[in-house]
Amino acid sequence: MSVFLWGVLPYLTLLLLIGGLWYRRRFDQFGWTSRSSQIYEKSILKIASPLFHYALFAVLGGHLVGLLIPKEWTYRVGISQHTYHLMALVVGGIAGVVCVLALFALIIRRRTNPSVFAATTWNDKGMYVVLTAALVLGLVATFFGGERPNGEEVNYRDTVSVWFRSLFTFKPNIAAMEAATLPFKIHVVVGLLLFCILPLTRLVHAFAAPVQYLFRPYIVYRSRGTRPVQGSSWQTVGQKRTR
Amino acid sequence: MRVMAQVAMVMNLDKCIGCHTCSVTCKQAWTNRTGTEYVWFNNVETRPGQGYPRRYEDQEKWQGGWVRTASGGIKLRSGGRLKKLLTIFASPVQPEMDDYYEPWTYDYETLTNAPLGDDFPVARPKSLITGRTMAIEQSANWDDSLGGGPGWEERDPIVEKLHAESQERIRFEYEKSFMFFLPRICEHCLNPSCMAACPSGAIYKREEDGIVLVDQDACRGWRQCITGCPYKKIYYNHRSGKAEKCHFCYPRIEAGIPTVCSETCVGRLRHIGIILYDADRVTKAAATKDPKDLYAAQLEVMLDPNDPEVLRAARAQGIAEDWLDAARRSPVYALIKHYRVALPLHPEYRTMPMVWYIPPLSPVVDLLREQGHDAEAAGNLFGAIDALRIPVDYLAELFTAGDPAPVIDVLQKLAAMRSYMREVTLRGKGDPTIAEAVGMTPQAMEQLYRLVAIARYNERYVIPKAHYEMAHNLEEMGCSVDFDGSVTDDGPFGSGSGAPVPVAIETFASMQARRAAAEADQAPPPLPPAGDEVPGVR
Repeated sequence: MSVFLWGVLPYLTLLLLIGGLWYRRRFDQFGWTSRSSQIYEKSILKIASPLFHYALFAVLGGHLVGLLIPKEWTYRVGISQHTYHLMALVVGGIAGVVCVLALFALIIRRRTNPSVFAATTWNDKGMYVVLTAALVLGLVATFFGGERPNGEEVNYRDTVSVWFRSLFTFKPNIAAMEAATLPFKIHVVVGLLLFCILPLTRLVHAFAAPVQYLFRPYIVYRSRGTRPVQGSSWQTVGQKRTR
Repeated sequence: MRVMAQVAMVMNLDKCIGCHTCSVTCKQAWTNRTGTEYVWFNNVETRPGQGYPRRYEDQEKWQGGWVRTASGGIKLRSGGRLKKLLTIFASPVQPEMDDYYEPWTYDYETLTNAPLGDDFPVARPKSLITGRTMAIEQSANWDDSLGGGPGWEERDPIVEKLHAESQERIRFEYEKSFMFFLPRICEHCLNPSCMAACPSGAIYKREEDGIVLVDQDACRGWRQCITGCPYKKIYYNHRSGKAEKCHFCYPRIEAGIPTVCSETCVGRLRHIGIILYDADRVTKAAATKDPKDLYAAQLEVMLDPNDPEVLRAARAQGIAEDWLDAARRSPVYALIKHYRVALPLHPEYRTMPMVWYIPPLSPVVDLLREQGHDAEAAGNLFGAIDALRIPVDYLAELFTAGDPAPVIDVLQKLAAMRSYMREVTLRGKGDPTIAEAVGMTPQAMEQLYRLVAIARYNERYVIPKAHYEMAHNLEEMGCSVDFDGSVTDDGPFGSGSGAPVPVAIETFASMQARRAAAEADQAPPPLPPAGDEVPGVR
């Protein structure tokens, strides 16, 4: 079980993520959109959506720092474990709480506004369950994952981070992950699940971040002949069948 | 000089009776789908009126179009690139469903399924968004013919502006009011701000004919284009999550036939043709300092298709001879630049729109007639155009950024044409002094009359076909006519066999026949039989 969860599942996730993105890119460009519901309701959305996204960026940044930077490096620049933990708890905690609150606001909007609710697919509902679970479990792990029930302190930078970095060398350190506390284990599994379903849900819009907008000319000329030719299945992933 | 060709349209507003046939046929052709219920690529607005979506011209609120920067360039009114990317997580500066309308259908089932009873069953309106019973509060054309009720027309942004400037009230009492209809499609601008606002780069202008399209595969639904377009002619398909817009019926234009809205126009008020323009001068012209000079600046960008210099540059750019020929015969060029009777819609948005309008003389004529004057006499008309400032100022806010001079100029030409042709009808000979009063020759007067009043089919529409040597590039493909005989004959396996034939083929064949007949000055041939008898059309 441990081997599957910490040795196989991460690579499976990566495979599904890349495969799913390739599939969307190759066959479902038409379905690749944020599927905004702003036209139905914008007063809640215009506050909650930017809040959620910005908080999510902070959370993402926190994950990268925590997972990729070995704890010896931060010690060397003079940040003690106590300071680091405090910083992670305060910054990560605030970002996580804001993110979850904004997500709740968006879900309440989605449920209570009849127009938005009518445009919500089963795909969306499933996605929201996984997304909410991943975020809430992350908060639980942040606040309560620091020690075992018997009071023994466990630093995730000795367990989860070591395992995560070992994945890149294709020699997964399963033992390190086994040593992590239960909240972290559950959070990691749900997090991997989130990345598995990402390309098949509306979350795929994250991979359409239009950075090229900063560099392209304002006016785009295109010849009739340069239409990008690719397969396109008209029925799209994650969308309601049109009547 | 970089010469490019642009398909453009001119609408003669005097001839618009507000029947909405263009809107309805366009909708039946293109937007009768789930997700586009509220989308009208073509709509007809009553002016004064709020338009669709309501008050779209209020750019203080909607932030559409370009503004001139202090350094003499232009930037999007809604903000620069970085700001757009940083605020991409919501795009609230744009109309909501309530600014358009909530689309609905009726519960027709009740009418047939209701049990026998004392009361008549009623088909109640059901929202197409939520499926629930709803109260209809407005629609795309709620204020048709000033029918919006008290206070509606006063909320027209132009009426508000004129009121603030002149303290003059536009009167909406029935006997003192004026009104006209304004059909609107996408402007297919030379300097489109929707395109500039698109983070994905999905909106593009076709090099061959200047038609502005949304690449449905590249659009990611960021909705910045809706904010960017000052005419609010980009719509959000709320089912597919993509932007959609009027595409100038490009499959028809490629086949050399006019758009659906033009083809079905009862008043025959639309003209379609080619304009040659200098793409290198567009941005500079769009940055003209005084908004009132933008009309002239846009005229400058358009090139004379008879100028040998222009023709040489056009050929160097690979523009084909038949296109250059079409540019020379273009009714649109004639109306815009030769006779100067057509004006752009809101040039102050700095997008260089390419759907132009001949402003209506009818508000002036109607007011004259109601006051008991001879509304066809040149002297009366000229005097009235000067005296009746409210219609003129209103038209100037629509077409020339508030400068009344070009509008008066156009209206006087139209008035002169009206009087001149009355003389021709009544006395068999026109009065040349009327033509000279507006700086035209009697000959030009009659040519203009022929173009806008007679408006023969093949003179209204001069549309060169897309090139067949590049036919593999045509976006509508799948024509399977590689058996003997014409497309109107049965296929090799009887009628209805083989791959589906695009609808445009049938239209094209009948259109060609009708055109040939018109050119030979004969009666048009009978229409082909409908339904199953037309081979290949299902």
